[in-house]
Amino acid sequence: MSNSRLFRRISIGSAAVWLTLFALAPNLLVLSASFLTRDEAQLIAPLLTLDNYKAILDPLFMRVLAKSLYLAAGATLICLVAGYPFAYTLARMKTRFKPLLLMLVMIPFWTNSLLRTYALIFLLKAKGLISLCLLWLGIIDKPVSFMYTETAVFIGMTYTLLPFMILPLYSSVEKLDLRLLEAAGDLGASKFKIFRHITLPLTMPGIIAGCMMVFLPALGMFYIPDLLGGGKNLLVGNFIKNQFLVSRNWPMGAAASIVLTLLMLVLVWAYHSSAKRLGKKTEGTAL
Amino acid sequence: MRIFWIACRLLPVYVFLYLPLAVLITFSFNSSKYSTAWKGFTWKWYAKLAANTQLVEAALNSLTIATLAASIASALGVLLAVALFRYRFKGRDLMQAGLFVLMMSPDIVMGVSLLLLFVAMGLNPGFWPLLTAHVTFCIPFVAATVYSRLKGFDPNLIEAAEDLGAGEFRTFRHVILPIIMPAVLAGWLLSFTLSMDDVIISFFVTGPDFEILPLRIFAMVKMGVKPDVNALSAIMVGITVCCVFVSHLLMRKRK
Repeated sequence: MSNSRLFRRISIGSAAVWLTLFALAPNLLVLSASFLTRDEAQLIAPLLTLDNYKAILDPLFMRVLAKSLYLAAGATLICLVAGYPFAYTLARMKTRFKPLLLMLVMIPFWTNSLLRTYALIFLLKAKGLISLCLLWLGIIDKPVSFMYTETAVFIGMTYTLLPFMILPLYSSVEKLDLRLLEAAGDLGASKFKIFRHITLPLTMPGIIAGCMMVFLPALGMFYIPDLLGGGKNLLVGNFIKNQFLVSRNWPMGAAASIVLTLLMLVLVWAYHSSAKRLGKKTEGTAL
Repeated sequence: MRIFWIACRLLPVYVFLYLPLAVLITFSFNSSKYSTAWKGFTWKWYAKLAANTQLVEAALNSLTIATLAASIASALGVLLAVALFRYRFKGRDLMQAGLFVLMMSPDIVMGVSLLLLFVAMGLNPGFWPLLTAHVTFCIPFVAATVYSRLKGFDPNLIEAAEDLGAGEFRTFRHVILPIIMPAVLAGWLLSFTLSMDDVIISFFVTGPDFEILPLRIFAMVKMGVKPDVNALSAIMVGITVCCVFVSHLLMRKRK
């Protein structure tokens, strides 16, 4: 009996201790650092202040935040628009090649995203594939480079994060009860109406999960603007990285990091409540 | 006709996903160093890679970290998933919510928070901080994979084992573990890949003493397109394809 109690204690305890030490404690440190003062020699001086948050309200950081929200939201939207029809079609296909087709989405999902970003340079540079194709088609008359533009950053984010949108969408479409769609069709609903009132609400948790999995990493992926945007398109991620490693203003970086964490918590909450609402609704129809 | 419409919706995405990789792999065999034009087939960039001791060392470091991190995270993640599934204890909901938040939390946030922790602890960036960081971000993925496998399994089996007098550990060892094994392996593989791929978190917690492959690649890639980086990418893509294929087989077997 005591052996059993011991096993139970170890299995709950080990992970709990690890996560408290290396996940909870570090975040509390960031939170407290964001209220402290910058110090040249020691990085952080134990003087309480709200200056870091005041500095964040400064137009300079606000511009960075607005810009990166714009880039991340844009990339999320592109991924959603490109990914939804794809995931929907794939999930509803009835063929023995389906596992293979799904695996072809998994491979980029698992491939080093830095290398995938690097691979894009082949397409975007002046003598790259896109430029050569446009030349050949006669749309442009001399090579054009797409590198170091906002478009390049958009393409880079969409390219690296698209599988993260497709996979949650795929699993939510796969769970869709086809009888509901048939019933609606039998009752004379148009295709658009069926989509609007059944497919869309039922796949909403997948949509929100996909958007989260694209939007949140997009804010932090500092290497995409570094490699494709030439550092011109500064993201929150680049800003935090620079505060910590270049300008050595740790409290300021901590405050920016807290802003990002809050943003994530809002999205997690939105996802959770939409999934719960849907759970209640479908339970209601089942009864 | 139907096939045509399906292809219309699927093909562009696949082309978008694979075209850059295909071009990259093709050019890793191009004998010309600078030009985008094809100048003949060669293996020389692969030979050059093998001779790059710095890179080989970074690759070995990465493999060590990924193997260790995946194994430790799998052990902790399995215990955690089983605990969450079987026991009702104080803070269970909180722990579940915390795991989800940890899974979603942006890499950069985790990176700087761990940097602060290790600085506060007086640890220099290097092997141990890196290993700890990798284990931490892998745990939720293992726990989630194993937990979803546990949810799909017949609870009567556990009850039967307990009725027959097996203690918690014996039930775990002889009933639960064999059932969740495919999920554990899938979780291990996922952790291994996550660890091999991570750039952002590692960037903050390791230093020049212990260099790993993704950071070495980051340093190389910043210099622009180079044929040996192409060769390296081709090898990494090949390894990923193998990993995905193996995990796919594992998942299929569990059905």
